[in-house]
Amino acid sequence: MSDPKVIFRGTGVTRRFGRGKNLVEAVKNVDFTLTEGQITTVVGESGSGKSTLARMVLRLLPVSEGTLEFNGTDVTTITGSARADYWKDVQAVFQDPFSAFNQFFTVRRLLSRSFRLLGERAAAEARMEEALNHVGLFGADVLDRFPHQLSGGQRQRVMIARALMMQPKLLIADEATSMLDASLRVNILNVLTDLRDTLGMTILFITHDIGQANYIADQVLVMEHGEMVEQGPADKVIFDPQHEYTRRLLSDVPRLNQSA
Amino acid sequence: MRSIHLTPRFWVAASLVIFTLLVGLLGPLIIHVDPHATIGGLYDKPSGRSIGMWLGTDNAGQSVISNLVNGVRTSLFIGLVAGAISTVIGLVFGLVAGFQGGILDDILMGVTNIGLAIPSIVVVILLADALNGSTSFTLAMVIGITGWPWTARAVRAQATSIRNREHIDVARLSGARWVSILLWDVLPYLLSYVVMAFVLQMSGAILAEAAISMLGLGASGSVSLGIMLYWSLAWGSVRTGAWWAFLPPTLMLTLIAFSLLLLQSSLDEVFNPRLRRGRSRRRLAAVAAGTQAAVPTAAIVEPVLEGDRS
Repeated sequence: MSDPKVIFRGTGVTRRFGRGKNLVEAVKNVDFTLTEGQITTVVGESGSGKSTLARMVLRLLPVSEGTLEFNGTDVTTITGSARADYWKDVQAVFQDPFSAFNQFFTVRRLLSRSFRLLGERAAAEARMEEALNHVGLFGADVLDRFPHQLSGGQRQRVMIARALMMQPKLLIADEATSMLDASLRVNILNVLTDLRDTLGMTILFITHDIGQANYIADQVLVMEHGEMVEQGPADKVIFDPQHEYTRRLLSDVPRLNQSA
Repeated sequence: MRSIHLTPRFWVAASLVIFTLLVGLLGPLIIHVDPHATIGGLYDKPSGRSIGMWLGTDNAGQSVISNLVNGVRTSLFIGLVAGAISTVIGLVFGLVAGFQGGILDDILMGVTNIGLAIPSIVVVILLADALNGSTSFTLAMVIGITGWPWTARAVRAQATSIRNREHIDVARLSGARWVSILLWDVLPYLLSYVVMAFVLQMSGAILAEAAISMLGLGASGSVSLGIMLYWSLAWGSVRTGAWWAFLPPTLMLTLIAFSLLLLQSSLDEVFNPRLRRGRSRRRLAAVAAGTQAAVPTAAIVEPVLEGDRS
């Protein structure tokens, strides 16, 4: 293993909504780094600002204060074609595998939208099939289907395939497993670890479930009310939590082998 | 089409609309009488003598039935043109304002609110008067240009709710252009709504044309239901009891407006399954109870319907 390299760095990242009396600070002065080839999880309860953080990293939402750096370049305020180029390297999978689909598009139509950023058509077609194979699907089976003709797990895998077509360096999975049932959840988590192991992809995995974080993460960030209260390697955060909030999250995990 | 479920109400509305369309399109071909030709005297009574006399003559001795079918044609034409113009303008304003948000939204909605605040009938009358020697087409343009703000408001509200859906983020991440997202990711979700708005605009435009023409500001030299009403009022048909001069255009206007409004509300049921199920089941139950027997069973059925509602 070569030296771990920092692929993404956020410094003093802050996001405010509203103004005056209704001012809400969803993310407060957060510092974090993502290491190349690792899975980093952000854990926190609903409303802790983790999805807002993800949308800022994706540049779908402007940052109120602070800077975002990707591979050493400042991406805090990029727009237009620079941002489109950024999206070739940074992609996302979202929470809801139903509403993330345009219900009027077939899978083929959905995926072929990325062709514009990918350039040459034949190569892009090949990438589409390759990306689907990566998540255990075959083009012939799913490409001409509408989203309502696919199962929840298939839909989420198509969404991951869409992100993979760009061959991103960083993949953001925002609660990507929380709307799937338990058996499919492990399946998707395994797809993600597989991407890290075979493609060396960096993954930012966002979840409210510290159990999933434990299963998948190399590094854990804990957020509470918009603040980053604890961060560090997964083993350390989960087995030797320093912050009260992390301990509470851990104690809320249901245990099967323990009565009440 | 597999998910579209047509209700009885839709079929009633559709047959009424088709009937008015047939009157407007085929009527003038069947009633082969020039609406401007004098075929009788002042308010001749309806008679079966000739096809043109079926509904008698008006104040100028012209055939009422010929004026009626040609007037329906004019009304439908004006409704389609004006409805299309105001729907397109309202759609563009509403889509852009609702999807883009921010300062563009503020500007576009500012313009829309000004448009809403000005009473459009006054603008239409002034414009219709200013355009001397106006034709049906210019009248339709004027009605269309003043009628869009409500559509813009409604479409904007819908577009705002779609802007925050995840599939828009997914489209942006895939590198889709702004126009492409607007046309393929936002518009299809509103299409059912736009169809209903168009039907409403059409019915509004037909009534607006009738109102303007009845005030004597209609298109000169053309035939329309409003103009028929204007002349019948001016020549005292109501006072003299010449019902055939004012009743047919009134009934025809009511029928057109009613059938379009019924179509709009039945489309609501077709597009919105949640609205459809509860209602149609209850209605079907009521119809079944009504046909089976008379009063006694209806009294028994009542509590069941109440329970269904809760």
